[in-house]
Amino acid sequence: MNYFLGLFVSGLTRGSIYALLALGYTMVYGIIELINFAHGEIYMIGAFTALILASVLSIAGLDAISILVIASLVAMIYSAAYGFTMEKIAYKPVRNSQRLSALISAIGMSLFLQNYVRLAQTSNFLPFPTLIPRLGFLQQLTFQVTSAQFVIFVTTTVVMILLTLLIKFSRVGKSMRAASQDKTMAMLLGVNVNRVIALTFVIGSATAALGGVLISSFTGQINFYIGFMAGIKAFVAAVLGGIGSIPGAVLGSFVLGWTESFGAGYISSDYEDVFAFAILVLILIFKPSGLLGRPENKKV
Amino acid sequence: MVLDVRGLTMDFGGLRAVDQVDLQVNEGEIVALIGPNGAGKTTFFNCVTGMYVPTAGTVTIARPGTDARQITRMRPHLITAQGLARTFQNIRLFPEMTVLENVMIGRDCRLSAGILGAIMRNKKTVAEEKQVVLDSYAMLEIVGIGRWANETAKNLPYGAQRRLEIARALATEPFLLLLDEPAAGMNPQETRDLVALIRRLRTDHQLSIFLIEHDMSLVMTLSERIYVMDYGKLIAVGDPGEVRRDPSVIKAYLGEDVSA
Amino acid sequence: MSSQATTQPQPGRYLAYAWRSLLVSIWFAILTFPIIVIRANTITGTITWRWHNIGWIVGGTFVGSWIWRYFLERKRAGAEATMGPLRQRLAAARAVVTQAARRPAVARGGIAALLLLVVAFPFVGGMYQTNIMTTALLYVVLGLGLNIIIGLGGMLHIGYIAFYALGAYSYALLNLHFGLNFWLALPVGALVGGLFSLAIGIPVLRLRGDYLAIVTLAFAEITRLVLENWSSLTFGTAGIRNIPRPAIAGIRLTLPQTTTFVYFIMILMVVLTIFVVNRLENSRIGRQFVAMKEDFIACQAMGVNIARTKLAALGLGGMWAGLAGVVFAARTTFINPASFTVWESIIVLCTVVLGGMGSIPGVITGALVLILVPEYLRAFAQFRMLLFGAVLVTMMVFRPGGLIQKRRRAYTISAQEKQVAAEIGDPGIQG
Ligand SMILES: Nc1ncnc2c1ncn2[C@@H]1O[C@H](COP(=O)(O)OP(=O)(O)OP(=O)(O)O)[C@@H](O)[C@H]1O
Ligand SMILES: [Mg+2]
Repeated sequence: MNYFLGLFVSGLTRGSIYALLALGYTMVYGIIELINFAHGEIYMIGAFTALILASVLSIAGLDAISILVIASLVAMIYSAAYGFTMEKIAYKPVRNSQRLSALISAIGMSLFLQNYVRLAQTSNFLPFPTLIPRLGFLQQLTFQVTSAQFVIFVTTTVVMILLTLLIKFSRVGKSMRAASQDKTMAMLLGVNVNRVIALTFVIGSATAALGGVLISSFTGQINFYIGFMAGIKAFVAAVLGGIGSIPGAVLGSFVLGWTESFGAGYISSDYEDVFAFAILVLILIFKPSGLLGRPENKKV
Repeated sequence: MVLDVRGLTMDFGGLRAVDQVDLQVNEGEIVALIGPNGAGKTTFFNCVTGMYVPTAGTVTIARPGTDARQITRMRPHLITAQGLARTFQNIRLFPEMTVLENVMIGRDCRLSAGILGAIMRNKKTVAEEKQVVLDSYAMLEIVGIGRWANETAKNLPYGAQRRLEIARALATEPFLLLLDEPAAGMNPQETRDLVALIRRLRTDHQLSIFLIEHDMSLVMTLSERIYVMDYGKLIAVGDPGEVRRDPSVIKAYLGEDVSA
Repeated sequence: MSSQATTQPQPGRYLAYAWRSLLVSIWFAILTFPIIVIRANTITGTITWRWHNIGWIVGGTFVGSWIWRYFLERKRAGAEATMGPLRQRLAAARAVVTQAARRPAVARGGIAALLLLVVAFPFVGGMYQTNIMTTALLYVVLGLGLNIIIGLGGMLHIGYIAFYALGAYSYALLNLHFGLNFWLALPVGALVGGLFSLAIGIPVLRLRGDYLAIVTLAFAEITRLVLENWSSLTFGTAGIRNIPRPAIAGIRLTLPQTTTFVYFIMILMVVLTIFVVNRLENSRIGRQFVAMKEDFIACQAMGVNIARTKLAALGLGGMWAGLAGVVFAARTTFINPASFTVWESIIVLCTVVLGGMGSIPGVITGALVLILVPEYLRAFAQFRMLLFGAVLVTMMVFRPGGLIQKRRRAYTISAQEKQVAAEIGDPGIQG
């Protein structure tokens, strides 16, 4: 039973991280129908920025909590800036070309950012400082939940709620939904579509960075390559839940997280990634619009 | 009767874009479907040609001289092979291909060459390819744009692009031609030429024609019967005179000039 | 395109760019600061500050942004309208070359010279050069194969290297267990590549194109993971050693001789690929591919079976990777999963994109440039992948058709045939 609970909690942790990433995918896809392959790289850059900052700050002698807060905030701001810049350089100019162009551009961006970090930093794994403090009350639980897992889960939940509120009720959220339904129409109604798209990238990138910082302090190490697989997995989660749908992305992430952790725990950990992709293929065959997505009818 | 649609209904989520529409086209007839923007005309076309799978209803077709057959829920390329061909409201050519190649794609469903034939280039394939070029060129001549055969499609003037769409549809050897706003964006002279072309297609090529159009003078001069849709429902049917006088039609258009 | 005077970038405008470029370079200086300037080594607990890097970033992005803006503006104004003197001269030169190439004597001479060069290469260049060239030729075949899927069919495939791996492992394993020789392995490899490519196309047939990208990527990763972990069959990460080199029955070849031999096998394979791809391109199926790429809705409305066309492109594309994989295994005599990472697929994608999607000379040029240049310019080998990424983005923004863009073929119709056609149509009205 404890083994099961352990797997359950680790699936939940994974799911939370995927959710933080999948949100960005789903929001971007919802608006410009682009698989942003470089989204995982933004997450990786977030983690690196936090690592660098934490190192500098700890030499400066700050206490753990301040380091965690400052490093996370700066990482989010930086990743948001990267996301913003990326959109301006690689996606905006190809927005009206064939979709193939935008996808290739996204792959190029991903390749570029990975190697940018590899060259500027290192190609080796670096230990990531334990930023998350130990939480005493968790010791009293009968099954094992680490402080990092707890913090990850709570943070994800809070971010989800905030984002849902933002999109449902704020002016910005309304513009976003309008733009994702019909860009031309939204423009005619006075929505600044360019700004909405830029903002989508900014928000998506900031959440991704938060995911990057949290997961890195959980796993304890990073390198320039961590964003790639995480990004692909998060995309799978977004598709699983129904791309374009925010609750779908969250649901898909948890389903994926549990599939992986139970698959690895009960079948074989060598094929962990295979489970994720197998699920992707199954969902595409049997319910291509995802768990919560609406079937699409391409306008002719 | 070449086309017989019964109770056709199409829902998009909560929106019923086409609601229980019955519609017939007889052999050799020119029939128009009109209605205000968003009435569901294009959606109706898309359901008939298999681009959308209708929520309910049946579509039956009969090539003159053959038995009627149901084509509801058939995939679009099979429907085209049955003899229904269409054009699109917002022109959908293959922009980077040449004008001739565009029409050659229309011929595609009447060809038989396969991959091996393409690589081996046997006699049969070579002969077929040569024939495709000639047939396609003939289609261009029918619509009067033969001189642009080797031009890239996207470089054609607007009116010629619309004509090219018609040529491409003709190349599939249809018995019923569906035109979605063929005169949209044309100047009066181009529109007059288009009317002549459509008439000629009917008489010279034994086609039945079913068209959607907003240009009322074109609709009134060209069509023998007119169906009027509003909010997904059929609100009137009849010859141009009847439709023009129909109060519900006048109300639907509310101020739009129906009297032409 | 109408008003040249306003759309053409004026010299004065370039100065206006300078201000924007300055802002951009400051933005980038701030943006890249933590990653470029600070290097934190958490193993040793040291921090290195590399202030000089800021200079590179500011200078580089200033110039880069200026150039970027200039070209973006030109692209917006329409390339034809602003054809500068240089472009005009280039176009004129190209016209002269194509004119000359049409003359049979010149064309024959050109082909003879090329043939001589190709045949002489291994004897002049030596073993080292020949090896490099063979690698480049492998990528030419891969590029041309992927081109069928991406360039002609318009489907983004980023797991192409998986079929290369399957071809390589087919030969290695069938040889190990059943003693299958290289020549028989070639068709087997092609078949395996083609069939797997078909199989992964099936789940995404009804879906929009983007999903293919992700499914192919997933498939490539699964392939690699299975190769790594199914040790009883594949020997896992240790790989398979002592795969026999290509041989002719009864003749023993020395190592340099085999190298030359493999080079010529690759030349033949490239010729075969060009031949087949060219024929496919100029046929019914090739037309279907391009039409599907341009507008698949119109394409199916015109009676083309999209599902079958997609599968044909995938199958025909996958075959070449399988085929090339067999040669790869035979040439290196050792294979392991590390040779078949996703990035290898992306390199092939790069060759297609740089050269020109859908254009045979384009893809060949792309493959030769991208593989040979880093080989000879060792100094920038470490920047290779960074530059590939930049190439992908830049090409898509400025020249999505690639360096050598595909020109559609013109058909000739004789005057007599025109006459016949015109009689069917009515000459009375002309659009
Ligand atoms: N694929 C789709 N998904 C959702 N709604 C759709 C789709 N296609 C059409 N609609 C909706 O169905 C309704 C009918 O649209 P349709 O294009 O058929 O109108 P129409 O009569 O052709 O108008 P117009 O004269 O402007 O061409 C509209 O409200 C439209 O928004
Ligand atoms: Mg319409």
